[in-house]
Amino acid sequence: MLLALAATAIVAIALLSDLIVPRLDEGWRRLRARRRRVPQLEYDPGRELRAEQRARELLRSCVNDKEWEMYRDLGFIRVWGKQADGPEGPRVSGGAPYAYVIYPHRPIVAYLAQTHRLLGEYCIEFPDETRPYGSGRLPDSDDVLAKWMALTGDERRLIAMANMHLPGRQLDPDQVRRDLWRLAQWERRRMRDAAQRSTPSSADASA
Amino acid sequence: MKPGYGEVLIAEGDIELSEDEERLIREFRRQLDSGLWAAVPLADAQGRRESRMVRSFEDIPRDAERVIFFPRAAGGR
Repeated sequence: MLLALAATAIVAIALLSDLIVPRLDEGWRRLRARRRRVPQLEYDPGRELRAEQRARELLRSCVNDKEWEMYRDLGFIRVWGKQADGPEGPRVSGGAPYAYVIYPHRPIVAYLAQTHRLLGEYCIEFPDETRPYGSGRLPDSDDVLAKWMALTGDERRLIAMANMHLPGRQLDPDQVRRDLWRLAQWERRRMRDAAQRSTPSSADASA
Repeated sequence: MKPGYGEVLIAEGDIELSEDEERLIREFRRQLDSGLWAAVPLADAQGRRESRMVRSFEDIPRDAERVIFFPRAAGGR
């Protein structure tokens, strides 16, 4: 009797081994993988700050003085659109002059220059899949520069690649309009300062 | 441009020296093959700045001071 039971058990194990062994093997591999130490790059604020400083210097060396000061003072850069019919064709912009506002790591916003009517949000990213420092995200100023280069270099291609949304999907339209108002004030102040610098003062004139 | 680092110098050389030129061409192709975009910042006489996207080494103006490589754009959310 005992012999019969033992023989049955051996046969059953032999038959089930095809099912059991791979599962045991898989479990063992998972256990080893969990125990394996994977080097992880932790977020380092100092490294990110140094990266941002380098990125700001690069941005400054590429854009003109006005754009750099705009970014420094307001946190965004305006780039004029060059397509005759606007980014979405004449039906949307009517061929009127338009521009883009470039924010770091936010959608690019297109708007009509005269009325400040927002035309759309263009969501675009520059992901580095190699994640060299544990992150695929460029420093803020590098993100702005990448958008600036892609827009001024090949506006049509960048806009075609972007996911276009109506204004207000990610950015508060009121906030964008406030930024455009701040930009207008900033430009007026800048022109006034430039005019004052170029005209001699009353003391100089009377001397 | 690199996440967590910013600007990284990849290669430099004098385009008029054939040895340097070959090295620069090799590096340029390597960067494009790895999926990066390349742009040359330009300035005109009026002080306007813009960039030119380049897809081959021949597209780069001979007097260009630098070529900037950056990750390829993708539609974001």
